[in-house]
Amino acid sequence: MAINFHQALGIYESSLRLRSQRAEILSSNLANMDTPNFKARDFDFNAALNQAMAGNSSGDMRQTQERHLPSVSGGANVGQLFYRTPTQPSIDGNTVDEHLEHAEFMANSLEFQTAFTLLNSRFKGLLSAIRGE
Amino acid sequence: MIMGLNSIIDIAGSGMSAQSVRLNTTASNIANAESAASSAETVYRGRHPVFAATYHNMLGHPNNTNLSTDGASVGVNVTGIVESDAPLQMRYEPNHPLADEQGYVFYPNVSVVEEMANMISASRSFQVNVEVMNSAKQMVQRVLSLGQ
Repeated sequence: MAINFHQALGIYESSLRLRSQRAEILSSNLANMDTPNFKARDFDFNAALNQAMAGNSSGDMRQTQERHLPSVSGGANVGQLFYRTPTQPSIDGNTVDEHLEHAEFMANSLEFQTAFTLLNSRFKGLLSAIRGE
Repeated sequence: MIMGLNSIIDIAGSGMSAQSVRLNTTASNIANAESAASSAETVYRGRHPVFAATYHNMLGHPNNTNLSTDGASVGVNVTGIVESDAPLQMRYEPNHPLADEQGYVFYPNVSVVEEMANMISASRSFQVNVEVMNSAKQMVQRVLSLGQ
């Protein structure tokens, strides 16, 4: 019976990684709440997770020769970053809605904890299988 | 993964320092709201910080294209402090020791009401950044306890 990490850990490893990247993007939005002309960004978590599970974790063009130029997104694993559509446009061109971003950040960190707990239980399962208790 | 979470702490930290600069200018504006002077050149003028987004990876690591979320982590920095060019207040107070020949005293172009609103906005933004940093800290601590 061959067990590799990808099979053993399943979706939770990708999920945890994408959650931490989404937290990074949402924290950028929150830090730039008062920056003129800053546009809030986010990515489609489901699409990014599907892409990660399909094996194409980078979503970028591959550099098969050393003279190939790196792709513009520079290896962003998150797929494509989108700009958020503002519900209440502000006069300084900033599209960060504090409440929305805050709620998304909190929901995201809860989902992170969920994914973490499940991943941890996978490890515990592996450990008890190894010990054979 | 820890890398990504650490950059959240950097981003939230940049937000906190920018907001504290804003709070600092607000404090100085409110403190000097009634600082009189005898000429338009020497009177205090309202100060305001200019915020701009910093693209961390582009500035910090110009050659590193392997970072996971290039251009996604955007901190904030203060590019400068500008003095307000709103009209100054000239008050006719001939008995004031700083009055000029015509009896006018110059007062700063600071609107205390605007500054109070600015102060509340800055402290709310600061609070949000603190919360973000706290959650990132919790997330890092959870990840470190993986497998225990």
